[in-house]
Amino acid sequence: MNAPLIETRDLARHYPSGEGVVAALDGVNVTIQPGEFVAAMGPSGSGKSTFLNLIGCLDTPTRGTYRLAGEDVAHLSTEALAALRGERIGFVFQSFHLLPRLDALSNVAMPMLYRGVPRAVREKRAAEALARVGLAGRMRHRPNQLSGGQQQRVAIARALVNGPELLLADEPTGALDSRTGIEIMALFQALNAAGVAVLCVTHDASVAAYAARTLRFKDGKMVEDRRHTPVDAAALLRDVA
Amino acid sequence: MNAPHLAPVAPPAVSALSPLPRGRGGLSFPEALWAALGALNANKLRAALTALGIFIGVAAVMVTVAVGAGARQQVLAQIQSLGANLLLVWGGNVRMGGVSLGAGQRANISWDDAQAIPREIYAVQVAAGTIRQQQQIVAGNQNWATTVTATDPDWFVAHDWTLAEGRFFTVEENMAGRKVVLLGATVAEALFGEENPVGREVRIGATPFEVIGVLGRKGQNPQGQDQDDAVVMPYWTARRSVMGSSRAFARAVSTISVKVHEGEDMALVEEELRALFRQRHRVAANEPDTVQIRNLSEIAATRDASARTLSLLLASVAAVSLLVGGIGVMNIMLVSVTERTKEIGLRLAVGARPADILKQFLLEAVLLALIGGAAGVAAGFALAHLLGGLAGWPVLVQWDAVALAVAVSGLTGLFFGYWPARRAAQLDPIAALRAE
Ligand SMILES: Nc1ncnc2c1ncn2[C@@H]1O[C@H](COP(=O)(O)OP(=O)(O)O)[C@@H](O)[C@H]1O
Ligand SMILES: [Mg+2]
Repeated sequence: MNAPLIETRDLARHYPSGEGVVAALDGVNVTIQPGEFVAAMGPSGSGKSTFLNLIGCLDTPTRGTYRLAGEDVAHLSTEALAALRGERIGFVFQSFHLLPRLDALSNVAMPMLYRGVPRAVREKRAAEALARVGLAGRMRHRPNQLSGGQQQRVAIARALVNGPELLLADEPTGALDSRTGIEIMALFQALNAAGVAVLCVTHDASVAAYAARTLRFKDGKMVEDRRHTPVDAAALLRDVA
Repeated sequence: MNAPHLAPVAPPAVSALSPLPRGRGGLSFPEALWAALGALNANKLRAALTALGIFIGVAAVMVTVAVGAGARQQVLAQIQSLGANLLLVWGGNVRMGGVSLGAGQRANISWDDAQAIPREIYAVQVAAGTIRQQQQIVAGNQNWATTVTATDPDWFVAHDWTLAEGRFFTVEENMAGRKVVLLGATVAEALFGEENPVGREVRIGATPFEVIGVLGRKGQNPQGQDQDDAVVMPYWTARRSVMGSSRAFARAVSTISVKVHEGEDMALVEEELRALFRQRHRVAANEPDTVQIRNLSEIAATRDASARTLSLLLASVAAVSLLVGGIGVMNIMLVSVTERTKEIGLRLAVGARPADILKQFLLEAVLLALIGGAAGVAAGFALAHLLGGLAGWPVLVQWDAVALAVAVSGLTGLFFGYWPARRAAQLDPIAALRAE
């Protein structure tokens, strides 16, 4: 049988702080299968982002192991980790992190630069990705010519463009009004339905409700792992309209 | 909350993209170049101001190298035109073309002194006694005032003269006092224009002379005199037919040109010459020399050395401005890294390797310096020609200097861009993404 997509054992991340250390994450055991939609929820400072960064291979744990698709990432070089991020993982951030001087198409195409993808292929795939987040008509717009929701869609298209198995989103609706937030969650649900696993960090229970599973964090520990029936964001939007 | 739930088998509204096949990997050079250009383009004014430092440095290099090389070439050409390995002997206290000797003045140098030199001093190749006089030269209805040099055929050897037309005169023609002359290029042009003067007649005073040759062109001497504004005839011809002779100084010459064999010690020959003249002129031990001896190549070589010193000075000025320019590049790249910390974090998050980030920022620095360097070459070029034109200096643009200037500016960018680029590449992606 296939290995789980994510498997952590006693995963911990400590930061030095004054005399002692802060246990930002303190011994987390979790297994996530391919294609799951998981929310990581908890109050501010509970270690959600730390967890997400470890899962995204942007950070290395102080203790414990993390296997991504069966592979222990502790053994990987900086280059291999970069390649892993490029190929298997897509990041979505609260503040979008689009490059202001590039248009939507170039922003979306950017990750493929680091995989040596030829220009023509890059543009074709970036256009495809933008079409799939509903921005086919905004390819030549720069970030400052787009609304917050549109900017986050561009960022999602960028996360998608390399064809990852896992989308990691840190408070993706945090900078958006509630309706736009629901639209973004509807997009995540649709992408998840197409087979992409989603791990979404939020402090907001109503956002976590769109996931099928919620991991609750408190003081660096995972205090709850609950499966639940997700709220259908698209249907919600239809009802409100 | 009364929210509808997602149906278990909802048809996907959007499908995810297929996995992208593994590429050749890494950021390609053209893409990195393109990205660097884009980054510079986003901050045009700042890039231009930063490149200015390199620009000034390289322009200074270009001007100094071009003008310096031109000046050096001029000096070398002068050494060549004066005649290499040449010592010039003047009679003491005797005026040129001198017929008037004041009371108490010592004996002049003579034709016989000149003849004695190669016999007595082994290292001497040839020695030629010379007298000079201003004369009017007439050909048909053209006439021209110039210096007539009357000398020995060896004078042509001593001063490295070449022929443009015809031939030199011979020892026999000199001894026989034949009325033959050679014209310098300037005189030939003034009197005969485009025509070949060889075989034609010119008159000096009432005396007709046959033109037997035209001298090859030499240009100006270090004093700025036109060396081609000259007429040369045999010494004994001048004595008999042109300059006349007082009885007392019938065999006098005003200078003797002494050419020393290649590889001989000039200073030693100079000493031997002094000794020879003291002996020939019977100078008492407590009396000063009767002659002055000058080493013309040495004078020119001194000028060459000072030109080199000037070049060295200018080169160090250029080096300092390149250093300052390089520090400017480093400074602005550090600012750029700080400003773009978030961007770097993002690029690292989406799969850029630290080496890719290093490549991007390094290329940006090199490009910045190269743009400054290329503009500096162009401006230096223009300035060198402008200055050369205004001041009448020769300007010599050496292509290897251009290549060197561009290479140096590129290396400056590489050197001073490395540290900022490394800082960018070593950023922690999480901290970078959180940066404000
Ligand atoms: N780079 C760091 N240095 C020191 N402490 C940190 C660092 N990053 C996070 N922390 C601490 O770790 C804890 C968890 O942070 P984080 O994972 O960002 O929480 P959350 O995302 O749940 O709000 C917090 O107490 C935070 O202050
Ligand atoms: Mg957080």
